[in-house]
Amino acid sequence: MTAGDHESETGPQQVRGTVLTVRQIDAYYAITIVAPGVAARFKPGQFVAVAVGGPDTSMLLRRAFSIHDVRPDHGGTVEFVFSAGGRGTRWLAERRARDVLDLTGPLGRPFPVPRDPVSCLLVGGGYGSAPLFALADRLRERRCSVDFLLGAASGDRVFGALTARRTGRSATITTVDGSLGVRGIVTDMLGQVIHEARTDVIYACGPMAMLRQVTALARRYDIPVQVAVEEAMACGIGVCMTCVLPVVGSDGITRMVRSCVDGPVFRGEQVRWDEVGTIPFDAFGAPGWEPKVRRAESSKRAGNGA
Amino acid sequence: MAPDLRVRLGATELPNPIMTASGCASSGRELAQFIDVSKIGAVVTKSVMLAPRAGRPTPRMAETSSGMLNSIGLQGPGIDAFLQRDLPWLLSRGARAVVSIAGSTVDEYAELAARLSDAAGVTAIEVNISCPNVEHRGQVFACDPADSAAVVEAVRAKARHDIPVFAKLSPDVTDIVAIARSCVSAGADGLSMINTLLGMAIDVDTLRPVLAGLTGGLSGPAIRPIAVRCVYQVRAALPDVPIIGMGGVMTGRDALELLLAGASMIAVGTAIFHDPSACARILRELDDELLRRGVRRVTEVIGAAHDIRGAVGPRREH
Repeated sequence: MTAGDHESETGPQQVRGTVLTVRQIDAYYAITIVAPGVAARFKPGQFVAVAVGGPDTSMLLRRAFSIHDVRPDHGGTVEFVFSAGGRGTRWLAERRARDVLDLTGPLGRPFPVPRDPVSCLLVGGGYGSAPLFALADRLRERRCSVDFLLGAASGDRVFGALTARRTGRSATITTVDGSLGVRGIVTDMLGQVIHEARTDVIYACGPMAMLRQVTALARRYDIPVQVAVEEAMACGIGVCMTCVLPVVGSDGITRMVRSCVDGPVFRGEQVRWDEVGTIPFDAFGAPGWEPKVRRAESSKRAGNGA
Repeated sequence: MAPDLRVRLGATELPNPIMTASGCASSGRELAQFIDVSKIGAVVTKSVMLAPRAGRPTPRMAETSSGMLNSIGLQGPGIDAFLQRDLPWLLSRGARAVVSIAGSTVDEYAELAARLSDAAGVTAIEVNISCPNVEHRGQVFACDPADSAAVVEAVRAKARHDIPVFAKLSPDVTDIVAIARSCVSAGADGLSMINTLLGMAIDVDTLRPVLAGLTGGLSGPAIRPIAVRCVYQVRAALPDVPIIGMGGVMTGRDALELLLAGASMIAVGTAIFHDPSACARILRELDDELLRRGVRRVTEVIGAAHDIRGAVGPRREH
C-alpha cells in the first residue's frame, strides 16, 4: 500500500522532498524543498508538518510551518520560514541541498478570500508574516488592494519588510527597539493604517498576544478579521489533540477545536482569546457542561428566582 | 514466499497483526488520507466515553529527549456521536474497529459496552482502565487488581458474547502479572499493554511545569523496554491469553521484538505522530523481517523468546 493509493485532488500528501536551498534571511532561515504535490495543492494560509532529527531521533513530534511560497521550478517547490530557536529548528537550519525531508502538506484551512475587490490589510508579527505574501498575490488576483503592517522586536526580525514595501500599496513597519520603521508594536499603528487605507478586511498572522489585540481593535472598527494562529502542534493532521483552543461555532457553542484541521485560520471574533490555554466552563464537554437546551432552562429558573 | 501475517482476534481474522494504538489515530479518518485503513489489522479508536468531554487545558504535549508526554485528558465527542459518525465511517472503509472505552465509574464502562454491543461491526472492545490523565489518580482502575476486575467483569457481562474484551493495563504498578491475572479471572479475553507511564517535565527557564495538567503520559521508544518486559512477564504467567502489545514501536523490528515477547498483535501509537503512514510502513518492515528469517507464519514467532530451544531464525554461533 503506497501513499499513491490515497492521493486526492485536494487532500494533504506525505512526501520525501529534496532540499533545494537553506538560506539565512536576517534572524530567520528559509528552506526550499521539492514537493510537487504539496505545491500544486497549496492555498495561502496552509502549512506543512516536517519530521526532524533523522532516523532514530528522540524528536518524535513534527514541526509545523506556514508555507511562505510555492514555485513551479523542479515540478513544484515549497518554501517555509523559521527561527532556529529550538532543537528541531536548529537541526533544520543545518540541512543542506540534496538532503531529504519527510513532510506532510498542505495542511489546514486556508485564508478565505473576498469575492469583491476590497481593501485588505495584512498584519504580521515576526516571521508570522511569512504566509502573508502568497495571500497578497492571491488577493491582488482578485483585484483587491493590499496594505501591509509588519512588526517585530527589531529590524532583523521583521520578515519580508522589503517585499512588503515593494509590492504593497502601503507598508508600515514597527519595531520595539525602533531599529526599523516606527518604534512600537503593530497594534499601535493599526488604527491609523485602517483609517488611511480604508480597510475592509484584516488578515493577521503572528504571536497569539498580537492576534488577540488585532481582533479586539478590528472589532472596535467593525472590520472582519481572519487570523492564522500559532498553537503548538504535534502531528499537524488532527490525531493528537494537542493544538486545541476554545472557538465559538456558528451555533453559539464553544468547542475545543484543533487548530491544525479546524484552523489554523479562524475568524478572529470566534476565538475566545481570554480563555486560550484553559477549558472555558461553558465549552462543549467541559466539567459540568450540559446541552444548551437544559442550560437555557436552568438559567431561566435562576432568572425567575432572582 | 511472503509470510502469512494473519492473526485471530476473537471471531475475527485480521489480515495482519498491526493496529493503531488508542488515542493516536482518533477514529481513523485523518489517517485515511495517508494509508488504507482497511489494510492494517485494525483501527483501535481513541477512548470513547459516555458524554462529550473537552479534555485538559493546553499545553498538552511535551517532547523530551527521552520520550514525549501528553496530557490530553480523553477529549472526545461521546458515545452518541461515535456511534452515529465514527463507527459507520470505519466500517464503510472496510476497517476492523476495536473500540476503546473509558469511564469514571464501573457503571459507565458497563453502559458503554452495552451501547457498543447494540451496534453492528465492533471487532473487539478495549477497556481503558489505565489512562493516567484523569483528575484523580485514584480513578486509575488498573492500579488495583480488585478495581480492574470490577470493571472487566461489568464490561464482560454487558458486552455481546462474540465481542472479545481486552483490558488495557498500566505499567505503573508493582506487579503487572497480578493485575493481568485479576482481569483474566474477571472474564477478560485478552490484555493490551502497555499504556503510557505517568511522567512530568519542568521548564527550567520559566521554572514551571511544561504541561498545564502538570503530569502526563510518557510514550515513545523510551518506554519500549518496559513494554517488552511487561508483555514477557504476563505471557510467561498466562501463556494462553492473547496480548496486544504496544509501547514505543517505531519499526518492524520493534514490532517483531514485542511479538517474540508474547504479543500476538501490535499497536502503533506515538510513531503515528512522527509518521502518519507508520502503520503501513511497520507492516511492510515486519513482513521483510519475517521473510529474511524464513518465517512462514507470523504466529510462529509469537512468544518465541520464551522457548529456550529457539525456534526462529539462524542462531548466532559463539
